[in-house]
Amino acid sequence: MSAEASTSEAKLPKDLAAEKGLVNVQIDGVWRQVPKGTRMIEACRMFGTIVPHYCYHPKLSSPGNCRMCLVQMGMPPRPAPGQDPTYDDDGFQPIGWMPRPIIACANTVAENMGIRTGGELVESVREGVMEFLLINHPLDCPICDQAGECRLQELSVGYGRGESRFVDMKVKKPKNVDIGPRIRLDDERCIMCSRCIRFMDEVAGDPVLGFTQRGTHTTLTVHPGRRLDSNYSLNTVDICPVGALTSNDFRFQMRVWFLKETPSIDVNCGTGTNITIWTRGETVYRITPRQNDEVNSCWMPDSHRLNFHYIDSEERLTEPLVKEDGRHREADWPDAIRRTVEGLRTGDPSELAIIASARMTNEELFLTKALTESLGTEHLTVVPRLGEPDGILISADRNPNTQGVKVVWRREDPGFRLGGIRDMVREGRIKRLLVLGEELTAEAGFTAEDLLKLDFLASSLLLAGPTAEASDVVLPGAAFAEKRGSMINVTGRLQRLNRAVEPHGRARDDWEILRDLIALVDDLPSTSPDYPHLIEDVFRDMAAAIPEFKGLNLSKIGDLGLPVTETDVTIPLLEDERARKAAGEIVG
Amino acid sequence: MELLIDLAIILAKVIGLTFMVVLPLVPLSVYFERRFSAIIQDRVGPNRVGIPLTLFGAKKDFHLFGLVQPMADGLKLFLKEDFTPNYVRKSFYWLAPALTVIPALVTVCVVPFGSPITVNGEEIKLVIADLDVGPLFVFAVSSLTVYGITLAGWASNSKYPFIGGVRSTAQMISYEIALGLSIIPLLLYYGELNLSKIVQFQADHGWLLLPLWGHAEGPPLAEKLLFLVPALIAFVIFTTSIFAETNRMPFDLPECETELVGGYHTEYSSMKFAMFFMGEYAAMVIGSALVVTLFLGGWSLGFGLDDSISALPFGGLIHMGVFMAKLIAFILFFILVRWTVPRFRYDQLMRLGWVIFFEAALINVFLAAFVIAAPDLGWISTIVGLVLLGIVTGGLIWVLKTSEPESSPNSGLLGQS
Amino acid sequence: MAVVKIKRPDLRTGEKLYLGALFKGFLVTLKHAIDSLRGKTRGAKAMGSSGLGATMQFPEQRWDDSMPDYYRGAPALVTDEQDRERCVSCQLCEFICPPKAIRIVPGEIPSDDPWAKVEKRPKEFEIDMIRCIYCGMCEEVCPEQAIYLRKDYLISGSSREEMVHDKKKLYEIGGKRVGLVNKWNELK
Repeated sequence: MSAEASTSEAKLPKDLAAEKGLVNVQIDGVWRQVPKGTRMIEACRMFGTIVPHYCYHPKLSSPGNCRMCLVQMGMPPRPAPGQDPTYDDDGFQPIGWMPRPIIACANTVAENMGIRTGGELVESVREGVMEFLLINHPLDCPICDQAGECRLQELSVGYGRGESRFVDMKVKKPKNVDIGPRIRLDDERCIMCSRCIRFMDEVAGDPVLGFTQRGTHTTLTVHPGRRLDSNYSLNTVDICPVGALTSNDFRFQMRVWFLKETPSIDVNCGTGTNITIWTRGETVYRITPRQNDEVNSCWMPDSHRLNFHYIDSEERLTEPLVKEDGRHREADWPDAIRRTVEGLRTGDPSELAIIASARMTNEELFLTKALTESLGTEHLTVVPRLGEPDGILISADRNPNTQGVKVVWRREDPGFRLGGIRDMVREGRIKRLLVLGEELTAEAGFTAEDLLKLDFLASSLLLAGPTAEASDVVLPGAAFAEKRGSMINVTGRLQRLNRAVEPHGRARDDWEILRDLIALVDDLPSTSPDYPHLIEDVFRDMAAAIPEFKGLNLSKIGDLGLPVTETDVTIPLLEDERARKAAGEIVG
Repeated sequence: MELLIDLAIILAKVIGLTFMVVLPLVPLSVYFERRFSAIIQDRVGPNRVGIPLTLFGAKKDFHLFGLVQPMADGLKLFLKEDFTPNYVRKSFYWLAPALTVIPALVTVCVVPFGSPITVNGEEIKLVIADLDVGPLFVFAVSSLTVYGITLAGWASNSKYPFIGGVRSTAQMISYEIALGLSIIPLLLYYGELNLSKIVQFQADHGWLLLPLWGHAEGPPLAEKLLFLVPALIAFVIFTTSIFAETNRMPFDLPECETELVGGYHTEYSSMKFAMFFMGEYAAMVIGSALVVTLFLGGWSLGFGLDDSISALPFGGLIHMGVFMAKLIAFILFFILVRWTVPRFRYDQLMRLGWVIFFEAALINVFLAAFVIAAPDLGWISTIVGLVLLGIVTGGLIWVLKTSEPESSPNSGLLGQS
Repeated sequence: MAVVKIKRPDLRTGEKLYLGALFKGFLVTLKHAIDSLRGKTRGAKAMGSSGLGATMQFPEQRWDDSMPDYYRGAPALVTDEQDRERCVSCQLCEFICPPKAIRIVPGEIPSDDPWAKVEKRPKEFEIDMIRCIYCGMCEEVCPEQAIYLRKDYLISGSSREEMVHDKKKLYEIGGKRVGLVNKWNELK
């Protein structure tokens, strides 16, 4: 009997859960098992119940000051001395519900705990909280940029009482305050969740924001004499649940409900921050970070975020150009491609060089290598681009795909030939040059006079400039938001770019330009089975040739990417975040 | 020389009667259709298109009650893209519209438009071909129209036109029988197949449906009045069958928009579509002309005035005017029917043609024969004959009733008879 | 009792012949036609009939005077008592517009403007009257009472561009509208 009793006792759910490091929690009447130490709000989220909240953010500390996430909690009643705990048929103790609600964001779960995210008590306190939050909130929705993605709007519809009982004057606070170069503050809209304050303090490391005054007069403000000018300041706009902080760049440009979201990656540095591109029609309106805990957490630097306006700029090249008698004229694509191939093939292949870019996708790099081999030259390089790392997200390598060049071209230092090629151009030993996606007079170190020494210069570029000016043929390419393809970031993670808008004018995807060049050089008809019609075909050929990509295709990369190579580079932001998570400061 | 003059006269008649009288009637009846249907529906109809004088600087346009509208319609259709789908059977597709218009126009040649006129001492009949087989010629030629519609449906190589074409074939064949049978009593009565002489007979002895005057040597009034019974039955059957033959409401099943998109002419556009349209209205004009000629006295003005009019130098032209007036009145009746009677269901249509009209026309032949022969038969024979006819008729009705399937809830209005 | 069974009426022999009813039908139609010709159509007077049927002869006759209050004509923007343009370019009308006839480019009000506190107004506001279906959704959805369907119905032009009403034209049609809620008043 005793043996039976011990086995039956060992089968109690709490003991089974404890063996796995879990605890039993009853969420809305259903018993669940969640890891010990989980916040209640996260435990509910695991099983599909979103507890409404404003101030809570998994990547930030939890001060619990919005009171929106109130839930009802219960524990087994403490047994009287000498009394054994009672268990029901399922092996759980009965729950004694607490009469007052508690916040779900800062409390952790415990064995045999009960959580109610609904019910009369919870719903009435939420209504009360919503009413308090809305007391001083202005009726700005028609002009507020947050409308459409405003948590206050959403939760007011979901949990509010619908009508205001408030008859007094609303508290007046500063509106349209210029607190930083990229941010505008509207204090009346602020609901004092303090997310922005905590972000600037904990993640950006530049604690310039804070509250002044008390009660209904509490006001968000910047430190006297300081400005919100951190390179990460625009993240506060993303996390602001209301329209208190708005981006100057996106302000009044377009309502968010018109915008289409395309997941993609950032191409301004080797980190490859995951982003969402927001477009309407063929226009990019804004870029926001997309959560990827292996790359950028939830954040991105302002400098990268705002670097997309060149896509629609006046300098954008939209037509293939051919130089005749010293002047460019618009050409059609077959003509431009034919002239390029003719120009590159006249003369000795050793006098030909190709300068590619580490901003190109793996597929383009793969085709570039194939083109180089078809043309029979050895002079192939990329332009290295190094800067100071900022210790948070911006990598020292400002090329997004240096790692991809190394993998696809099988070269440890793909940019080492650049100096040599530059010298050979100056000495006249290289007479023909194909430039792919690089402005030669910028980081590559050429001068406009150097380019004049060339017999033939063809370039595939985005923007007009000295290189395009000197080119005999200009082939307009696609910007990062206009193409699909893959890149490898500094940590060796393969990530995917997606097309959010069509290439402008008659500009074309770079890989298509390269394919047409190769097809003409190799005399490959479009009916051939080897002729790639889709970017997927290029990736398939690349996956067959390169071991790192074995068994992959573009779809398999997914929105969050896959690690394909090992590097010794780490991202400081993630290191910091992991340390704080280990310390229990954040949920992570 | 004689021959040349004859030829010239024939040519003048063809051009004059076909192209100056009947063809203009087609757009005119389209105009009447639109105006009259508009009036029936409390609308105005086309009343604007006229002579655009303002284009030439005048202050006001001449609207002419919108009479130029059909020309504008025709011009529009003419200028539209003539689209031939690439899956059609080309030669038949092209042939079909012509096949609907031409038979209708050819039948014009036997219709007497007026009494003979005398030019240069020579009598000229106002009929292109004074055939002795008038009605038979009309039936023979006008039944060719069915080829146009059937070929259009088949050559279009598309399902709705095909269904329309098949429906049209079945419908036309069904009603042709009733059409032919229904005029046999008339032929018995007139004893003549020449339409000119039939009209002359009516001018002399009173219209078939209004036999109130006439020369003394003709049939007595009592007989004429008695003959009204078979004549009226024949009139109803003939008129209804003409409606069916011309694919007019309530028998427009080959082209009903609600079921078949556009029916047999769905795949046609521009002038080819216009030819179908013209064919339909030309058939309507010819049908009206036939009804007027056979039942309503043709060009005869009636009331015993015809002889004196014929004696006038150009009395034939007055008669022609009378004929046109009757024609237009009957066309208006066509239009009135279209906007009054709803479309038949297909089974009702078939039932009406085969079960009711066919039998009724058949019995009517015997009835007419009796009426005509009665004065020559004795009392006994007449009564025996009538009894026999009554028994045959009753038997026919009984057979029809018993052979009828148990009436289903959906058998409809005619299903109950 | 979703199905109501109705028995077809039993017809007498005369009725079964169908000819009497047919004839009656002709008479009804004919009588209607004659009434219509005499200008005695029901409601002809109320509809401003030209004497034939109930139809009004449009370019010569207009119904501007008898236009009902609820008539939905061309949508237009209005200004308020202080001549402030009421639209703040929230783009809800652009969003709701079923035929996507509205196009707005929002813009910021410069800080030296007397109404700078409103912050936002349309830089461009275009309604493509070829697309507009006069449904009135824009008026209904507008949170600022800025867009109204006026009684203008003669919208014509000889090119597509002419049929696009720009901001200037919209304010011209809309004019000033008083007595609306003014939430951007001085107290605010």
